[in-house]
Formats: sequence, structure tokens, C-alpha cells
Amino acid sequence: MPVLKGKELRIVGFLCNWCSYGGADTAGVGRFNQPTDLRIIRVPCSGRIDPLFIMKTLLNGADGVLVSGCHPRDCHYAEGNFYARRRLEVLHRFLPILGIEPGRFEYTWVSASEGQRWQQVVTRFTEQIHKLGPAPKIAGPAASETLRQMEAAL
Amino acid sequence: MKYQQELKDSIRKALPGLDVVIAWSAGYDPLHATPHFIRREEDIDRLEIGPFSVHNLATYLPGLRGKKVGIVVKGCDSRSVIELLQENLINREEVTIFGFPCTGVVDQTKIRKALGHTGKVDFCQIASQTVVIGLGGEEHKLRLSKVLADKCFSCQYPNALISDHFVGEKISPSVQTEGDDDLEAFEKMPMDERFAFWQKEMDRCIRCYACRNACPMCVCRDHCLAESRDPHWLSQEDSVRDKWMFQLIHAYHLAGRCTECGECQRACPMDIPLLLLKKKMNKEIKELFQYEAGVDPEATPPLLSFKMEEENINEREW
Ligand code: SF4
Ligand code: SF4
Ligand code: SF4
Repeated sequence: MPVLKGKELRIVGFLCNWCSYGGADTAGVGRFNQPTDLRIIRVPCSGRIDPLFIMKTLLNGADGVLVSGCHPRDCHYAEGNFYARRRLEVLHRFLPILGIEPGRFEYTWVSASEGQRWQQVVTRFTEQIHKLGPAPKIAGPAASETLRQMEAAL
Repeated sequence: MKYQQELKDSIRKALPGLDVVIAWSAGYDPLHATPHFIRREEDIDRLEIGPFSVHNLATYLPGLRGKKVGIVVKGCDSRSVIELLQENLINREEVTIFGFPCTGVVDQTKIRKALGHTGKVDFCQIASQTVVIGLGGEEHKLRLSKVLADKCFSCQYPNALISDHFVGEKISPSVQTEGDDDLEAFEKMPMDERFAFWQKEMDRCIRCYACRNACPMCVCRDHCLAESRDPHWLSQEDSVRDKWMFQLIHAYHLAGRCTECGECQRACPMDIPLLLLKKKMNKEIKELFQYEAGVDPEATPPLLSFKMEEENINEREW
């Protein structure tokens, strides 16, 4: 699949170490074509993801956030993703209250062997974010400074 | 208040077994009450309950763990006590709860707006449905229904939901079941307007953290994320982003725990509509988990538990 055309957007992914990070690796090893907008942050477990990480990421100017963990019942720590599911679902409903479009944040499950599925997930999410376009930014010098820093980092 | 004497008698009887009883007494002017800590018999006389008993005294409970504490609660306050019990933040054996049928408390902001004045008033009388306020030699008449707190109009639990001593007759909940105007207006806003709305509102925030300090469920004290330097969640910058982020921290930490007591908004010196945010969040929680915080001492808050198969979560659909 070709890389999406046009300017890249800033998409941050929080992936659990045991399943989804492995899945992304499998996709890489299998040389599956993927859009390159996503920046991955590896966390021990989807249960380690404080929903505030995601809020802060979005307020700081990211255009989208994707979370991926082990499938329910497959969590390395048995129940981390069950707690995560509730927290993330609440966040999913909370973000639109703030005026952040519902599609800017999604969470899903990808196992370490699902390279193909990972490719589909990233592609689909990246397309979704491109459809929404760049996220509205908070006014003020602080935001532009962060953007400059992020620009430099990318 | 009708049952004030009865309440005093009830406290008098219980006081010998308690270190302190928290109630209200007259404040610095006739429009304000203040939290009142009863330690000795003679303190009981100063107790006053009524439309100015606005403070949610449950906020003091976690800090008084280990002591035998009595507390007077309105219906809404009792939900905070229950939520604290649900989370093991207080011990049931250590608290003695005094309940009474609450007929509503005022919203000081509404009074201030109606009078167009923030100074000290000379007198205030409440007779049936009218509030008469003396101010600079003039008398102002306000309809009580114009200055009652919004939460009192849709109050479902006017009688303490949990109590050891209940004075007076239980009353039935407020009949008004029609929608909430603020919430409905907010829900009609498109995303970009909401985004702009919160930025505009949060821009006024002075980061005094009164909202947090008044909230009975904010129990972290020196460990609050707002003050943490490692990790550094918030900078010291005076930016909307940091102010808004703090409010999101507060709101999300209250997800599934907030009982809508309204203390955050009442305490806010900048009149930021914090309760609107919490009400909307609670509505989502209710839809998702059929759960209301602070009504059942035995219930586990939704974010502290899970089900293998969640009825209302279809995350596989994305
Ligand atoms: S967030 Fe506000 S309404 Fe909710 S419990 Fe705290 S003070 Fe009460
Ligand atoms: S805002 Fe969060 S961290 Fe701060 S006191 Fe409240 S619950 Fe604790
Ligand atoms: S009470 Fe109001 S002004 Fe103070 S920190 Fe909270 S929102 Fe900001």
C-alpha cells in the first residue's frame, strides 16, 4: 500500500510492549507498506496508559492518538487491558466534550503475530486523521513553541 | 430551619462519644454561613442550618481519619460521604452522620448578580419563598427560586442517603425532571464551538486550585499532579493550555467518582462553569455503566473494576 500523499500529520501511538509493539515489529519485518505519520511510544501494558497522556498529547498539538494493546483475555498481566478498556472508552466519550473530534482518538487490539492487522490499523487510522485534517491548535505562544520543538524532532 | 433544635439535641446526645462534630454557623454577614466545628457543649448553640449551609462538609472527612467525627449532611453531601466510604477513604465506624431533609441552598453567585453588589449586607430574612436583603439602607426582595442553586432544582436525594441520626420528616425529591438547560445548550454546540468555549472559559482561571481544594473527592493533598515536578504535568506558565489541562486532570480523576455536589464551581472565584463539564461527564458514565457515584456504599466505582464482556463497549467495531 502506498504511503499517503501530501504532508504528514502528527500521530502518536501508545503501544503495549507485549502484543501491539510486537505486531508493529512483525509488520516491519514482513516489509508491509505503512504510512509514516505515526510515532510510537512503547509502554509496558495498555493498563499503564494514563488517559491523561492522551489528553496532554492532544492539547500539545498532536493531530491524532492511537492506542493499541493485547486482545482482551491475552494481556501479559492478565487484566491490564480490561481496566484500560473502561478508561479508554470513557476518554473516547470525554474528548468530544472538550471539542476534540471523536475520530482523533481510537483504541484497538493487535497481537504480536498480527502484522497484517497492524498494517490495516495504522493505515486506516492515518487515513481517518488525514480526513479530519490538522487538529485545531490552542492559541498562545506556548503552543507555537511546542510545535516548533515537535517540528524539530520529526 | 424547622428541625434545627432537634438537630442540636441529637448532637448534644452524641457529642460525648465524638471528638468533633462538623456543622454550619453564621458567617461574616447574614448572607453567609461558615463551617462550624463543635468540640464542646457550648459550641452547639451557634449551629445554624438553612439555605446558606452551602458547604459540603464531607471535604473535611479524609483529613480527620483516626478521629471520631460527627458530620451534618445535606442530601447531596451524603453522597460524597458514601463515595468516600466506597473508596475506603474513611472508616464507617469513625463517622457519625446527622441527616435532615434539605429544602435547598442558595447560589451566592446568583445573589451577587441580582444585587449587583459584592459588599457586606445589613440583614437578610427568608420568609416562605421570598428573600429580603438589606443593603446600604435599601431593601431588596428576591424570589427564593431565583437564587437557589441549580442542583437543588433537580435534586433527587434531598434526604441524607446514609445517616445514623435523621431529624425531621423525609421529603420527596424535587419534581422537576425536565432537562437541564445548560447541558442541553452545550450538547447542541458543534465541536469547534466547544473547543473555543472551554478555551474562553479557562482563560479566566487564576490557578488558585480552590476547585480542587473544595472537592470532597480530591484527596491527594501534597501529591496532586498539579504540583508534581516529576513528572512535570503542568508548567508554571500562565497559558490556557496549562489551565485547561489542570481542569482535565481534575475532571478525569473524578470520572466515575464525582457526585455532582457542585463544590468545585461554587468555590471558583472566576465563575468558570466547572459543573457543566462534570455533569456531561457523569451523563456519559451513567450511559456507559448505568452507574451513579455515591448512592450505594457497597458499589465499586466503574473505573476500579471491569467485566470480561462489557455490555456497552463495542471497541471491536472500530
Ligand atoms: S468535581 Fe465538583 S461536583 Fe464533582 S465531587 Fe468534586 S466538587 Fe463535587
Ligand atoms: S486533581 Fe487529581 S491529583 Fe489533584 S487532588 Fe484532585 S484527584 Fe488528586
Ligand atoms: S477555582 Fe476556578 S480559578 Fe481557581 S483553579 Fe479552579 S477553575 Fe481556576
